Amino acid sequence: MRPESGTGLVNSALPEALSRRHFLKGTGAMAIGFSLLPALMPRLVAADTESANGVRPAKASSSDVDAWLLITGRGELVIYSGKVELGTGVETALRQIVAEELLMPMAATRFIQGDTQLTPDQGYTAGSNTINQGSVPMRRAAATARRLLFERAAEQLQVQVDQLTGSDGNIHVAGDEAQAVSYASLIGNGLLEASIDQELAFLDADRYRLVGQSIPRVDIPSKVFGRFTYVHDLTVAGMLHARVIRPPDTGATRVTAELKSVDRSSIPAGVKIVQRGNFLAVVAEKEWQAISAADALKVEWHSQPRLPRMEQLYTEMRAMQSEEKTIASSGDANTALGEADETIEAVYQWPYQMHDSIGPSCSVANVTADSAEVWSSTQGVYPLRSCLADLLSMPEDAVRVIYVEGSGCYGHNGADDVSADAALISQIVGKPVRVQWSRADEHGWNPKGPAMVMVLKGGLSSEGDITSWTFDNWTPPHLTRPIARMGAKNLLAGNLASDLVPDGPAIGGDRNAGVTYRYPNYQVTTHWIPVERSPLRPSALRALGGIQNSFANESFVDELAHAAGADPVAMRLNYLQDERAIAVIKAATEKAGWQARKSPQRHLEHTDEMLSGRGMAYAQYKNGSAYVAIVAEVGVSVDTGIHVGKITVAHDCGLIINPDGLRNQIEGNVLQGISRTLKEEVIFDQIGVTSLEWGAYPILTFADIPEVDIVLLDRPELPPLGAGEPTIVAVPAAIANAVFDATGLRLRTVPFTRQRLKAAFSAA
Amino acid sequence: MTTRMTLQVNGEAREVQIDATTPLLYVLRNELELRGAKFGCGLGECGACTALVDGRPVRTCVTATGAIGERSIVTIEGLGSAENPHPLQQAFIDEQAAQCAYCISGMIMTAKALLERKASPSDADIRNALSANLCGCGTHLRIVRAVQRAAGVMRGETAKPDDAGMKDEGVQHAS
Repeated sequence: MRPESGTGLVNSALPEALSRRHFLKGTGAMAIGFSLLPALMPRLVAADTESANGVRPAKASSSDVDAWLLITGRGELVIYSGKVELGTGVETALRQIVAEELLMPMAATRFIQGDTQLTPDQGYTAGSNTINQGSVPMRRAAATARRLLFERAAEQLQVQVDQLTGSDGNIHVAGDEAQAVSYASLIGNGLLEASIDQELAFLDADRYRLVGQSIPRVDIPSKVFGRFTYVHDLTVAGMLHARVIRPPDTGATRVTAELKSVDRSSIPAGVKIVQRGNFLAVVAEKEWQAISAADALKVEWHSQPRLPRMEQLYTEMRAMQSEEKTIASSGDANTALGEADETIEAVYQWPYQMHDSIGPSCSVANVTADSAEVWSSTQGVYPLRSCLADLLSMPEDAVRVIYVEGSGCYGHNGADDVSADAALISQIVGKPVRVQWSRADEHGWNPKGPAMVMVLKGGLSSEGDITSWTFDNWTPPHLTRPIARMGAKNLLAGNLASDLVPDGPAIGGDRNAGVTYRYPNYQVTTHWIPVERSPLRPSALRALGGIQNSFANESFVDELAHAAGADPVAMRLNYLQDERAIAVIKAATEKAGWQARKSPQRHLEHTDEMLSGRGMAYAQYKNGSAYVAIVAEVGVSVDTGIHVGKITVAHDCGLIINPDGLRNQIEGNVLQGISRTLKEEVIFDQIGVTSLEWGAYPILTFADIPEVDIVLLDRPELPPLGAGEPTIVAVPAAIANAVFDATGLRLRTVPFTRQRLKAAFSAA
Repeated sequence: MTTRMTLQVNGEAREVQIDATTPLLYVLRNELELRGAKFGCGLGECGACTALVDGRPVRTCVTATGAIGERSIVTIEGLGSAENPHPLQQAFIDEQAAQCAYCISGMIMTAKALLERKASPSDADIRNALSANLCGCGTHLRIVRAVQRAAGVMRGETAKPDDAGMKDEGVQHAS
C-alpha cells in the first residue's frame, strides 16, 4: 500500500491494470471498437508511457473512448467496461460472458471499469441493467474479434473459416489439432483495429463452457485477505483529510439553513477551515485531527422548521400539488367498480428509507488549476464528471473520474456527493484531499428511497371474480442522481455552496405500478410529486418504486382473494396467461409445499400467543423483466413481533450466467427485503433527519435471518435479465400476506414493527 | 501532542508517533498501512473495524491507541494471506461469503475469536457472536455457513466433496 514511486498520482493500491501501457508494452494488440484507430492508439500508448514517468496523461474526450476490448499479442483479453462492480459480482459475470464469446479462458481476462479516460460511457450501473443491456456491446465486440481472428487463421492455415474451431485462445482445424494457431501469434506485434460488427451471431448456447457455471468471484479472495483496495483505502502523495460540517436541516431536499458564524478559535491552529456559501469543511494532515476538529468546531446556523410532522407525512403527500399520469388502463374501471357486487379499498404506506452502506461514502480528489482527478465509487463516472466540471467551473475534458469500488451502495447513496465534497475542497486548498463521510453524514444526508402512498380499489362479482382494479400512488421522482449537463444541482456541495435545489425526471415511482394480471377493467395512475416538494431528498434505492408498488399490489390481490374466499395462489393464477409467470408461481409454491388455503388460518387473541402462517407474492420486475415468486413463512406474536422463519424463492431471469452469483444476489435481496419490511424507517423532525446511527435506524441482524430456499429456472435459449433487484419487490407483500394468514391482521404501513403490530391488534 | 510508542501488531513491534487518544483504527490504517479494518460508524455499533487485541475482538474505532500498551494486536492481514490462508479466509472464499465485503474483515476477526473459544459452535452460537456485526448486502446466510465450514476444518475434519460451496442444485432447466 506504499505510494508507487514516480507516478506522483496514486498509491499502488490502484490496480495496475488501470494503465494501458501495462498491456501494450512490447506487444501488439487487436482492439475492437476504437473508432479513431490507428490515430488514437499510439497516443494512448504514449500517454501511458508518460504517466509512468510522472507526466500527467493526455486527456481523452469521451468521444475518443470507444474501446470495448483489446486482445494483446501475449494472449490477454482486456475488457473496457462502462459498467462497474458494485459488490454484486458483475465483474466476474461480464468476464465470463466476454471470454465465452471469444473462446478464451477466464484466466486471460483483465477488467478495466468506469474511467472517463479509458472506458466507454455506459451511463449508470443501475436498474439491474448490467447483464441484460450492459454486456451486449462487450459481447458484440467479442464476436467481432472472434470472427476476425478466425479469418486470419483461415488465411494462415489455408482452409475455410467454417473448417475451424477454437478454444482457450487457440484456433485449429476441426478434427486436426496439429493444424493450429494461437490468438497471440495471429496478433503478434501488429496493431489491428475494427469497429463492432452489429450483425454477427453470438455463440450457440450449447457451446457454453463458462456461461452457466458458478465461477468463483474474482474479487473475493483479496477482500477476505484485507488486501482489496476500496475507495476508502486509496492514498495520494501529499493528501490531506477533510470533513464537511453540515447545516441542521439534515437530508432535506431544500437546504435553507444559513451559516451565521464560525468560531475559528474552537479548533487547533493547524486545522484549516474552508467555506463557500453554506459549504463548510475542516482540512487537516491527519484524519483523526479532521474528525476531532469537525466535532469541536463551534458553528451557528440559522434554520427554520419546514418539514411536515412525520405523522402527517402521508396525508400531506396526497394533498400535495402533483402531476397525474395514467400508467395503464383497460376497459372502464370506475364504471365496473360501481357495478361490482362487492368493492374493497385499501391504503398502503411506505416510509423514507436510506441506503444501508456499512462504509460511509468516501472519495479522493486531486484538483489543480487546469485538471481534476476524482476517485469515486459513483455508479456513473460520466454523469458525475459533467456535474463536477460545473461545480469546479472547469471544462468536462479537464476532469477525469475514476471508479474505485466502495461499500455496497444499493442505489444513489453519498458516493457522488462525497466526490463533490473532495473535489471542491481540493480545488480550494490546492492539494489532494480525501473525504470520508461520518456515520451521521451517511445516515442523514444520503438521498432517501422515497416515501410513497398507494390507494387501491377492487370490485368483485358475486362469483368472486375480479371485475375492476384501480391503483393510485403518490410519489416523488426516484432519481436525482447527477445527470450530465444538469450542472451541480444534484450534488450536495452544489446545494450548499450555491443554493441550488435538486431536481430529477419523473422516474421510478411508477415501476411495477401496473400488474401483469389480466383483469377485465383496470386503471393505474401515478401522481408525481415534484422533487422540491419531497420533504427529504429523494433518489434511487434498490428497485426504485417497484418495492412500494408491488407491496401494495400483491397485498391487495390477497385482500381480494380473502374477500372472494379464494386461495391466494389460485386467485393469481386465474388472471395470468404468461407461461413464465405461472412457472415461477408453481415452482415456489411446490417447493414450499403450499397447501391451498383461505386466509386467515387463525385470529390472534392474546398478546403472548405465537401464531404461524404463510403468504405468497409474485412479480415480474418492471412488468417486463425477471419473474419472481416468493412464499414467506412467519411466526407472529404481539409481544415479540414478526419473525420470518423461511423464504422460498423461484426466480426466472432467462439465461443464467453464474448460478452461485445469482443465488448470492437473491439471498441479499431477500434479507434486505425483510430488513426494509420489518425494520427500516427514516425518522425526521420538522428540521431534518434525526435517525443518524444504527441504533435509531436499525437493520436486519444475524438474530433475524430466515432459512432461504431458492429455485432457479434457467432458460439458456433466452437472453439474460438482470437479477440485482427483482426479488426484493416481492418480499414485503409475501410477509404481509403471511402475517394476515397467521393472525387475520392486515398490515398496510411499513415497517411492520412490534408497535405497529400491537396497534393493529388493538384496533382489530 | 504526539508521543512515540511501540505496538505489537501481527507479531511485529511497530513504532508509531501519534496522539495517544487517536483511535487504533486510524493508526492501523493510516500509520501502519493495514487497511483491512474499515471505518463503519465510529461508534462501535457495526463491527467493520474489528481487530483482535490479546485474542479478543475489539472495536478499533472507539479504542484509544494509548490504552493498548504491550498487548498483541492481530488484524485481518495478520491472519493469513493468499499464499497461506487462515481456514476462515479459505472458508469465506469456498462459500463465496461476500458481496461488497466491506464488513467481511470484521466478520472474520469476530468469528476467529469465537472459534478460539468454542471449537464446535452451533449456528445459533455463530449468529449470537456476530449479532453486533452489521452487513448491508444480506450475506448473513453465507457467513454463518463459512464460519461453520472453517470450524470443521480447524477441528481437523476434511470437507466432504459434496460440501463444496459452489453447488448448483436447484437449477431447473425450464426450457
